[in-house]
Formats: sequence, structure tokens, C-alpha cells
Amino acid sequence: MTDLPTLWFILTAAIFAIYFFLDGFDFGVGALQPFLARTEAERRAMIRTVGPFWAANEVWVILAAGVIFAAFPHWYGTLMTALYPEFALILLALIGRGVAFEYRAEINHRRWRTFWDVTSFVTNLLPAFLWGAIMANMVRGLPIDATGRFDGSLLYSVNTFSVLGGLATLSLFILHGATYLLLRLDNDDVLHRRARRAALIWGAVASALVLAFVYQGFIRTGLFGTFGLQEWLFPVAAAVNLGLIWLALTLKRDALAFAATGLTIVFSTATIFGSLYPNVLPSTLGDAYNLTVQNTASEPYTLRLLTWVGAAFLPLIIGYQAWNFYVFRQRIRAQDEKIPGGHD
Amino acid sequence: MNEILGFSTLDLSRFQFATTSIFHYFFVPFTVGFALIIAVLQTLAYRSGDPKLENLTRFFGHLFFINFAVGVVTGIVQEFQFGMNWQGFSNFVGNIFGIPLALEVLMAFFLESTFLGLWWFGKDRIPAWASLASIWIVAAGTTISAFWIIIANAWMQHPVGFEIKNGRAVMTNAWAIVTNPKGLEWFAHIWAGSLTVAAFFVLAVSAYHLRRRANVEAFRVSFRVALITALIGSGGVILAGHEQGQSAVRDQPMKYAAFSALWDTPDGNQMPESLIALPSNAARENRFELSVPYVGSFLAFNNFSEKAKGINDLQKEYEAKYGPGNYTPWVWPVYWSFRVMVGLGFLMLLVTLVYVWRWRQGKLDDPGRLYPLLLAMPLAPHLANFSGWIATEMGRQPWIVQGLLRTGDAVSQLNPLWVLLSLAAFWVVYLTLIGLDVFLLTRTARAGMHEPDVETPSVPAPDYVPEGARA
Repeated sequence: MTDLPTLWFILTAAIFAIYFFLDGFDFGVGALQPFLARTEAERRAMIRTVGPFWAANEVWVILAAGVIFAAFPHWYGTLMTALYPEFALILLALIGRGVAFEYRAEINHRRWRTFWDVTSFVTNLLPAFLWGAIMANMVRGLPIDATGRFDGSLLYSVNTFSVLGGLATLSLFILHGATYLLLRLDNDDVLHRRARRAALIWGAVASALVLAFVYQGFIRTGLFGTFGLQEWLFPVAAAVNLGLIWLALTLKRDALAFAATGLTIVFSTATIFGSLYPNVLPSTLGDAYNLTVQNTASEPYTLRLLTWVGAAFLPLIIGYQAWNFYVFRQRIRAQDEKIPGGHD
Repeated sequence: MNEILGFSTLDLSRFQFATTSIFHYFFVPFTVGFALIIAVLQTLAYRSGDPKLENLTRFFGHLFFINFAVGVVTGIVQEFQFGMNWQGFSNFVGNIFGIPLALEVLMAFFLESTFLGLWWFGKDRIPAWASLASIWIVAAGTTISAFWIIIANAWMQHPVGFEIKNGRAVMTNAWAIVTNPKGLEWFAHIWAGSLTVAAFFVLAVSAYHLRRRANVEAFRVSFRVALITALIGSGGVILAGHEQGQSAVRDQPMKYAAFSALWDTPDGNQMPESLIALPSNAARENRFELSVPYVGSFLAFNNFSEKAKGINDLQKEYEAKYGPGNYTPWVWPVYWSFRVMVGLGFLMLLVTLVYVWRWRQGKLDDPGRLYPLLLAMPLAPHLANFSGWIATEMGRQPWIVQGLLRTGDAVSQLNPLWVLLSLAAFWVVYLTLIGLDVFLLTRTARAGMHEPDVETPSVPAPDYVPEGARA
């Protein structure tokens, strides 16, 4: 068996992958709403596709943070201090998003709803972009000094590579949201047809941006450096995968399309964490200052405890969350939406 | 740049943490107590099969739901703060503090968010027993969550089960941390306090509708359930609070002395209890004081002769033990917030007892002359919580972890401008949220419940019209 810090590094990567997979489609649906839904019933139908799920999906990021805190305390403090503006914006956005989902339906008034629609759009867009920027900065490395403190300007993290990373995740999440809608909306719905068109368009955009990011990562950073495989395999695999998404979309195999966009997210996350290993945060000031899985990990006692707790609860959580998806499995039709008091 | 507008990163980070905690704490105890009340109401509805009660449950469920959304989203900020603004703290305590935090997520947050969704949106898709189980699971989740976060906080106030290794606190005994006597006392206090938050809210809403003779049969039930909850809550808060005071004398004597504005160890053979004082940190004494003899000894030690140490003696003791420095918290806010908390606790108990008395007299359906007070009472537990957190957190300064880590050594080295900007942004968002929450709660509560047999009129959704043809 592998050592405990490595095990928890793998689990951290897995938790992030689950988070991006689940909240990724929430972000995508939120970002697509103004473009796909034209009537109040359609807007409600789109929100309803994520309504019972978003809160539990979001808990995965709270878990990811909690696990880094417990298993890699040094990583936790350094990363969040260094990328302070990004995390502050993500938090503000997550606040706005959660409230927008819940409060929109509370008052049946046009301006009230428009206010929440705008809030929802912005606050779904922002974290989708920022998570990509954060991941890109992790791969690229940050100026970490000998004491483990961030030694750079707070705008250090804004650079072409991180912006490209942000745009790549944003487009990927929008694409994932579109394929999610294909699964969740009624087949005959006009909204379903629009979702398919959106998936095709965003499939193209995401392909271009992801390939550009992969290429930039390849020439500029240690991305793919630690896999021990032929490096050209990664761009090729990314291209083949994106091609599969396109094929599934044009053949109208909706479940396959959703699975493919989801897997793209999971594989991308795995690639990012895999290429970091054995570091968790490389230092640009010298390899000696790299934060690694080993030098940031908690003591064995803490990690053993965490392992028992995780083994007891994670399967249970996955079980009841899956049941939740099963209970609300029915496809949604915009025609069924009841709007108290009339039309728009 | 170490300061902005005269504030250091430390000042701003402390203010930001207080802001985050206090705003978050407007919603959390409400959730803990309210979920329990709703679970009881739904159990009554389930057992009686009375549609009026089922409707009552949904009505209060709606109010719960409005509040829950804000509670969740403000909680995320709380967690990320530790890494963002308190890098030294994360580093020092991660081995210990991270575990209860991770447990809180694994054992509580997933339960709450999944089963609340099932309960609220899935009412027609799952059987009645599963719906009842869901709300009980939500109630259990909120309580478990409160338990773990209090265990984490209690460790900072009273560290146990650890050793210091390479300058970091390392866990040696998890069981000692879970059974930290401080943590258990606090959990009892916090849980009872949460009951009062929800109970006085439900009492006010129920009284409002009883007064208007609307759905009397249903609101009579919620009034009674809330009254029993208020009795357990306000009684429990006072009892657990008393225990906590006595353990503070032993474990955090400086905090206790600040609660009492006790500058010098009393030289008589007993300790008086201060009633009103104007403490001054500059003069290191009270500018004015009114106190009653013997009561202080009784409250702190259950006898009439023991004495707690005064702030000035403790300061000297700490200097000898930890080196030169200022170990005295800012006394007047600690002293006064403590007194506001205690006073409100007794007010809550008093109001509860008056209504228990009316119940015995058989006059419960009419809120009576105390009606205006009852409408204002939901503020009391919130204010008491607010003051309680100010007292306990300011009272332990300069320590972030008692005796081990000073707040000043825990803060991240950040540009204060960024902290100021984020602080301003959080204030704007939080004030908006509080405003919206209160507005929606009031609006929904006043609207009352729909008659059981009258469905919300369903208007057919508009037909699809060709693009561009819509007005």
C-alpha cells in the first residue's frame, strides 16, 4: 500500500474531480440560462434541473477544503493566502449563486426575478473561470520562499496561462452544463433543441481552449512532466476525447455526450494533480522551496484518523447522493411549470 | 505597506473574521433549533394524519428554507478564512483543527443539503415516512454540525490531547479532543441557545396568527411546541452558562476576570459580584463600580469564601510564564457584552415562564398583553448570541489558542489593501443578505399558510411562440 500522505493526495484529487464534475454542470446551466431560456417557464425549467442538487454538489468543495486543511495544513494556508483575491471572489460568487437559486422564486415580480437572473449568471460564470485560473497557477508554481510564505505581488497570479486556464474550464463547464441539460430536459422540448445547439457550439469553443491550454502547459510548465509517458500522448488524448464528445452530440447519444464531458473534467483534474505530484505547490524561486505531499502532510496519527473517517462516511455519502439523483430523475418539461399569477 | 487607513492586516483580518462569524451565526442556531421544531411538528402531523398540521409543517418549512440557503453560503466563507487570513493558525493547528472540520462536512453538511432537498422538493416523490425521516435527518445533521464546530472551537480555548512537535500542535489523543469538558459544556450552551432562537421566532409567528384568529387550531399547536422548546432552551442556556463560568475560573482565569471586571484579587475573605462597572484598560481599574458582596464567590465556586484572581495579578503571572507582553483583553466590551448576554437569558426565561403560567390557566390561545413583547422577542436570542461570542472571543485575547499561539502570530502576511477590499465586499453582500432574509421571512410569515384544500392556482404555462414574436 502506498503511504498515507500520497493516499490523501490522491483522495484530494478525487474529491476535486467529483466537485468539478458535479458543480461543473450547475455552473454551466447557470451560465447558459440567459441564452437558452426565453420565457419564464423555460427559465424555471432550467433552474429546476439543478434545484434539488446544487447545494449537495457544492458541499464537495467544502470537503475538499476541509481535507486539505486536515491532511496538508501547510498547503492550505500557503495556497489560500497566495491566491487571496481569487478565493475571495469565489466565496462572494458562491454566496450570490446559492441565494439566487433559492430566492428567485420567492417573489413573483419581474424585476425581482431579473435581479436574481443577472446575479445567477455572473456568480456561476465567476467560479467556473476562477477554479481554472487557480489550477493553472498551481501547476505553474508560485513564488514561495524558504519560510513557506508567498513572496510575490498579489496580482502575480494574473497571467496569460492562468487566464487561458480559466477560459478553458469555463467553456468546459458550459459544455458540461449543456450536455447535462440534454439528459435532464424533455426530448421534445424546444429547450432541448437549443441545448443541443449550445453543446455543439461550446464543444467547439472548449476544444480550442482546452487544446491551447494543454499546448501552453506543455511548453511553459511542468504539466505532463511526471507521467513517464510520451508527452505527445496528452494533446492527442485530449483531442480524441473532444472528438468523441462531438460524435456523441451529432449522433444524438445524450448519455454518452454527458459521460464524455464529465470524463473530460475528471481526466483534466487527474492530469493537473498527477503532474503536480510529488509537489502540491511548486515554488518558482527554487526546487528546494517546493511544497510537497510529504513536507506539507499532517502527522500519521491525524492521517490514520482521517482515513478511518473517510472510509466510513464517503461510501455512505455517495450512496445517498446517488439516491437523491434517482428520486429526481424525471425529465423536466417547460410546459409543466406553474407560474403563480400569470405569464412573465 | 503594513497599514491602510491606520489599520494593520491583523486588525482587518480580526474584523473580517468577527464579521464572518457573527453574520454566519445569525443563521446557524436558527437552523439547528428550527429543524428540530419542524421535525416535531411533522411527527405530530404524521401521527394524527391532520392535513392542517401538515400544512403548518410546510409553512414553517418554507421559512426554514429561506433561512437555510443563507446559512450554507455564509458557512463556506467561515472555512476558507482559516487558510486565507490565518496562515499561521492553519499551519499550527491543522493536524488537530482540520479533523473536526472534515468530520463536520462528512457527517453533517452532506446530510443536511441532500435531505433538505429531498424533503422540500421531493414531498410528492417519496413516501410520507421517508419525508418524515428526511426532516429528522436534517435536524440531526444540523446538531452534529454544531457539535463538531464547537469541539474545534473548544480546543482553541482549552487545548487537550496534543503535543508540540517542530513548532506545531500534533494530535496524540483524539478521544480527549472529542470529550474535551469545555467542548461538551459549550455544546450544551450553544444547543440550548439555538433552541431559544427558533422557539422565540415560532412563538412570535404563531402569536401573530393567533391574534388574528387565522388557522387557530394549527398555530395553537406550533405555539405550544415552541413554548416547550423555549423552556428547555432558556433554562438550559442558564444552567450550562453557569457551568461554563465555573470552568472558566479554572481554565481561562483572565477571561473570567474580564467578564467580572475584576482588576485586583479581592483582599477580603470573599468575592463580590460586580453589577455595574466602567472598566478602563488605561487606568487598569474600574472608574465606577457597584457590586454585591459574596455573590461573586457563590457564582464562581458555589461557596461564599473562595476568590478568583484579578486581572493585574494574572498579567504579572503571564509575564513571568510567557515573557513580556500584554495579556489583558479589552475589558469593557467583554464585561458589558457578557452582562447583556446574561440579562437577555433571564429575560427569555421570564417570558417563557409567564406563558407556561398562562397555559396552566388555560389562556394560551390569546397572546394577551405581552403580545408586543412577544413580537419583539425573536431579537433577544440573536442579541444574546452576538454578545456571547463577543465576550468569549474578545475575552481570550491575545491568544488565538489559549497559552500556545497568539493571534498576532497566526495572521497571514497579506497586503492590507486586499483584506480591506474583501472586508468591504463581504459587508455589502452580508448586509444585503440579512436585509433580504429578514424581508422574506417577515413577508412569508405574515402571509400565513394556505388553506389545506386550496391549491395555489395553477396558470397554464405560456405556449411557445415563434422567436421574435413575443412582446
